Amino acid sequence: MIKSLISPFSLKRLGILGMNRRNRDYIARYNERSLFPLVDNKLITRKTIGQAGIPTAELITVVQVQSQVNDLLDLLAGYDEFVIKPSKGSGGKGIVVITGRDNDSEGEYFRKSSGVLLSADDLKRHVSNILSGLYSLGGTSDVAVIESLIHTVDEFTRYSVEGVPDIRVIICRGYPVMAMIRLSTHASDGKANLHQGAVGVGLDMKTGHAVRAVQFGKAVTHHPDTGQDLLDLSIPDWHTLLVMAARCYDVTGLGYLGIDMVMDKRHGPLLLELNARPGLTIQVANNAGLLTRLTKIDALSDAETRLPAEERVRLSQSWF
Amino acid sequence: MKRPSKLSFFGLITLLLAVGVALILHRHWVYEIPLVQGETQVVWSVEARIEFIAEDGPVTVAMARPTEQAGFNVLRESGASPGYGLNFIDGIEPRAEWAVRNANGVQKLYYQIDLLESNHLSETNVVPPKLYQPEWQEPYSSAVNSIRDDAFATSAGNFTFARELIKRFNENEAPQHVQLLRRAYSANLPSLIADILNYAQVQATVVYGLELEDGRRRQLLTPLLRVWEGNKSQIFFVNNERTTDKPFLLWEQRGAPVLEVIGGRDSNVRFSMLRREASTYTALTENAPSQESLLNFSIHSLPVAEQAMFKTILLLPVGALVVCILRILVGLRTSGTFMPVLIAIAFMQTSLGTGIVGFVLVVALGLIIRGYLSRLNLLLVARISAVIVSVIAIISLFSVLSYKLGLTEGLKIMFFPMVIMAWTIERMSILWEEEGGREVMIQGGGSLLTAVIAYGAMQHPLMQHLTFNFMGVQFILMALILLLGSYTGFRLLELHRFAVFRKPR
Repeated sequence: MIKSLISPFSLKRLGILGMNRRNRDYIARYNERSLFPLVDNKLITRKTIGQAGIPTAELITVVQVQSQVNDLLDLLAGYDEFVIKPSKGSGGKGIVVITGRDNDSEGEYFRKSSGVLLSADDLKRHVSNILSGLYSLGGTSDVAVIESLIHTVDEFTRYSVEGVPDIRVIICRGYPVMAMIRLSTHASDGKANLHQGAVGVGLDMKTGHAVRAVQFGKAVTHHPDTGQDLLDLSIPDWHTLLVMAARCYDVTGLGYLGIDMVMDKRHGPLLLELNARPGLTIQVANNAGLLTRLTKIDALSDAETRLPAEERVRLSQSWF
Repeated sequence: MKRPSKLSFFGLITLLLAVGVALILHRHWVYEIPLVQGETQVVWSVEARIEFIAEDGPVTVAMARPTEQAGFNVLRESGASPGYGLNFIDGIEPRAEWAVRNANGVQKLYYQIDLLESNHLSETNVVPPKLYQPEWQEPYSSAVNSIRDDAFATSAGNFTFARELIKRFNENEAPQHVQLLRRAYSANLPSLIADILNYAQVQATVVYGLELEDGRRRQLLTPLLRVWEGNKSQIFFVNNERTTDKPFLLWEQRGAPVLEVIGGRDSNVRFSMLRREASTYTALTENAPSQESLLNFSIHSLPVAEQAMFKTILLLPVGALVVCILRILVGLRTSGTFMPVLIAIAFMQTSLGTGIVGFVLVVALGLIIRGYLSRLNLLLVARISAVIVSVIAIISLFSVLSYKLGLTEGLKIMFFPMVIMAWTIERMSILWEEEGGREVMIQGGGSLLTAVIAYGAMQHPLMQHLTFNFMGVQFILMALILLLGSYTGFRLLELHRFAVFRKPR
């Protein structure tokens, strides 16, 4: 048999979730279309989540129309560190992280997390692109959300290059089923997207300890850039974090969610964004199939999905 | 979300399949349309659509109609023209005549003829028309005399004489007097040659014919030269020798006018044609009007021009099914879900090799231009519009360039859907900026592969035969697509993606 293939029967036995089944049996079944704007529009997500008391990164300003682009420097006066995001962007597209300012005779420069300098005009052009819908789903016009920069807790800095590690938890009907942390690398250009080369580290549901790490779909043991042993990694405040993730179900009503969170030095766990179509690579990072766990959740009654978030997390931790 | 039960879903699938099969069998048995090609004969339906503006009074329209000739047997003819009286007049100049007491405004008359392609090549004798004596003024008169004498000296009979004349007019470096005539008569060279032949006491006239190509619409007649020697006659293509082996139908055989309209103005006639295959038996017995039965609600009751359009439209579901298979069962990534189907349709018009080369060239050049546009910091709508303009510029450039280089194949690049191409370029460009060239290659390659496979399926003669002749096929395609939509198993590429789960040995 060919080395690079696995038989569908083995996959089934391992309980691996495939794309078709995810789309039909989970996304289409549990996520009502009308609720999608809640997650596809970061501004709405912030509002909804914020009202429920789930902490998010501090909002600096929102650029709504092109005419505001010219006042960008005034809006950003006093902020040296910030993140510009397209509100309807997906997969981290169009996000620019600024970590400092520089001045020379030519004018003012902004330093990206990668070290590249952007002129004020570059920054304005980027915001203008966001507004015209370059990064939004379907190319519709958009707004630019500017948030304050997140500072990763010290435990994590040695595991990540240029970017902020984010923790992805899959929540099905309010129950956390699987989790991983995504660490950016040089290869991923500071982004936490697995298909761009970020490292995914599967996390044990009970303890928040690393289970296994993968890059480009293959198992690794050490961070390719910092050389840190990835299997030593452990998430502080694991239970709080899971409860926070589980509460997103109560707030949004979406039954199949990927929740991205970060650990901020000053504010603790913050919600970064929600994803109604979470990817499947989390299974590789955990060396476990989602389907086995999801079938257990499928069997739950509606009443059980209305239990308090703490109770649901406790149950999940006892099962998985 | 409540879903219909599994039972009703599979009930629907079974129903669709049953209806599809029943419709196919009905058409197969009742109309004797063969399921697979073979033992069939080619039937051409050619439709003439006459349009003119009537001037509030009696109108008479006469149009030449084709007759039995080498290569074709006439099966049946019919006309559609509400309010008009229609007569088919046979004789040495067969015509169709429409007449009405009073008509006003735009009028449309239809004439349809079904022809059986046959191998018998027996010449039909056409009575030669009377000789006439054309006259020219100087300097044309002496030019005509000179070319006539040249050609006459190097020929042995009427046919060789005509061939010599045509050859002289088509020479690249023709002498002065030929160039003079060519310039003056460039638009109607056939009639000039016919005049010269008559001048030399050879019976000759301009006749009109039609090259038959499946699915062509709004075509014009091609003028040809017919030369007689005694009772025998021969047809000559004047402008250049024919290179294709497409069947050629002579619409008018004896130099009579193709269309005469009395009581109307701005008249024109356009032709549409359609090829289909039928068993010899049905081809000979089936009568056009009998197709009105309700169960035969197929598109075959539409005018030929519309049928020709449907021939392509009915293939679209096949392309859609291919996309479903490749995305759901294989897991191929494409840029734009159904963009590959549109590209595949373009390939059908351009032929595969030209199509692929054209597609890659246009997209590659478009990406370079788009790369420049992205630095101009434009708004999205304006940028895409600019890309559309560039795509059109690229396509025009390629057409002109390939034509100049003598590659007429390159002209077919015009069939590409330009707006779709522009969107493809825009998307691929964004993809390049964000995900890198690798992802562009994956999605671009996926799109191209899907397009090629969809092209293969849609181009297959059997598939074309089935979709066009059997409406039932659409039901079966629908059932298959619905079934695919409920597939929750693994995709082929996921077997590779999750291969890491293989137990290490």
